[in-house]
Amino acid sequence: MIRILSRRLFEVAIFLLLITFASFLFARLAPGDPVLSMLRVDDVSVTNEQVEQLREEMGFNDPLLVQYGLWLTDFVKMDFGNSYITKQPVMEMLLSGLPATLELTAGALLVMILIAVPLGSFAALYRGSWIDQISRGVSLLGAAVPSFWLGLILIDLFGVRLGILPTMGRDGFISAVLPSVTLGLAITSIYVRLLRSSLIDSLSHEFVRAARSRGISETRIFFSHAFRASLPPVITVFGVSLGSLIGGVVVIEVIFAYPGIGKMVVDAIRARDYPVIQGYILIMAILVFLVNSTVDLSYRYLNPELRLKEKRKS
Amino acid sequence: MELVQPKSYKLRYKSLVLLFALFLLLGIAAYTFLILKYDPSLVNLNERLLPMSWEHPLGTDHLGRDVLTRILLGSQLTVGYGFLALLAAVAIGVPFGVISGFKGGIVDRVLMRIADAFLSFPDTIVAIVLSGLMGPGIENLLLAIIMVKWVNYARLVRSTVLIERQKDYITMAKVNGLSEWRIMSKHLFPHLIGHVLVLASLDLGKIILLISSLSYIGLGAQPPAPEWGAMLNDARPYFQSVPSLMVFPGMAIVMVVLLSNLLGDYLRDKFDVKKEVAQ
Repeated sequence: MIRILSRRLFEVAIFLLLITFASFLFARLAPGDPVLSMLRVDDVSVTNEQVEQLREEMGFNDPLLVQYGLWLTDFVKMDFGNSYITKQPVMEMLLSGLPATLELTAGALLVMILIAVPLGSFAALYRGSWIDQISRGVSLLGAAVPSFWLGLILIDLFGVRLGILPTMGRDGFISAVLPSVTLGLAITSIYVRLLRSSLIDSLSHEFVRAARSRGISETRIFFSHAFRASLPPVITVFGVSLGSLIGGVVVIEVIFAYPGIGKMVVDAIRARDYPVIQGYILIMAILVFLVNSTVDLSYRYLNPELRLKEKRKS
Repeated sequence: MELVQPKSYKLRYKSLVLLFALFLLLGIAAYTFLILKYDPSLVNLNERLLPMSWEHPLGTDHLGRDVLTRILLGSQLTVGYGFLALLAAVAIGVPFGVISGFKGGIVDRVLMRIADAFLSFPDTIVAIVLSGLMGPGIENLLLAIIMVKWVNYARLVRSTVLIERQKDYITMAKVNGLSEWRIMSKHLFPHLIGHVLVLASLDLGKIILLISSLSYIGLGAQPPAPEWGAMLNDARPYFQSVPSLMVFPGMAIVMVVLLSNLLGDYLRDKFDVKKEVAQ
């Protein structure tokens, strides 16, 4: 367990070092001046002296490597200071957006499970039937429809034309419905196919025939034998794509003006609000680390073979 | 033919569909270059929000620009740039993968640690973070996509090479005294193409989705560029009165992504690449 955790931690550290250094280089070499965009917020004309003074204050005149060193120290200390734009402490601001984001993620997962599990199961049980065809069509189309476009269509349909669901902001459970459904539908397609093929595989195993010969009812065979056995590959993919779900949330939050961490970072990117972007990167790194390690551990739990192998090794 | 008998019907049917789609796209492309009569960024306020007509087959947008022209030219941005990024990722990833798998040792270990690190982070987040740190814009987005994607190819090629290099033909080549470079380029490489093609065609769809979604939220192509996602963003205030502004760019994205996914499935069947590899 400690080995898994330390390996994952190592990965995150390498990633952070590489990506921050590369992007630090690019960012400082690229056009666009954070000092100017900072001063422009107040909407008063600025003199060159003011720009120069602020630049000196913020250390933009130091050599690049020194800047990166300082930046990295702040990063490790998790001290990001205040947002250039809202002047709020960055961590406080981002953490206040985190619940909204997690809420959407959970909602999307719920929608995904509600659609993918029945559809995948029926498609596997009745191969070649109309429901199998539907599941195939859903997953083919689902993989091709951009989530933001789906969101726009749902907003137009349920928000504007029918007027039954709110499409903006976060105000209680009801406002999370449309964004969760959008995001959930967007990720459903992989799982329908995956669950189907995994179920077909486990239904053809010896233990299913053995259970049948013992006279166990079909429902029971399905739920307590075949379904369980088909989960490990689904969970592996789930672990891999849980990350992209956190990524996908960003787009959905922007479309639905949902005040989560993703919308904050997009606003920050548009305004070149570096401290907020830095904070976002760190929070994402922590989230990815947590998700990946949890998936590793749960995979070990679901697959006893893996545990035994490890024991034999040590 | 090397096609396996039971599969051939399915394959023929799929290749017919793909062929048809390809011709459709060619026809559209021909239309673009032969009959293109409007400037995609020419603002004409007298012809705002026109419905579909012979003059403007898909109508005009809120600035009086011809929607069909913009969608067709947008394919250069969305699909063309996506293809470019993919090509770059393959061009970087494949050599690294071959070297890493063939040589092994310290190069392999360092490279694979880096690959693991990048793989542990989801594409979208890396793309957002990178375009966040480097500033929004299509060039930075492409750079981010290349940085995310090359790893997949290095990984895939490495694992294929590890399997292939055990085989007799490589040993024979070595016994015959061929140089490593020659073995890698002439003997190993042809065995990798199938795997790479399959992954690439499935990736193209994902890249196109990434480009258009990030452009939609303003982190990719900037208006007035006729990128499909950016077009949708541009026209958002007018969706209610003119729904076609929302429909057509989205349909364009769906069609292209669907096509590249189908192509990926087709190639997977044809090269008989195992599912795990393609995922």
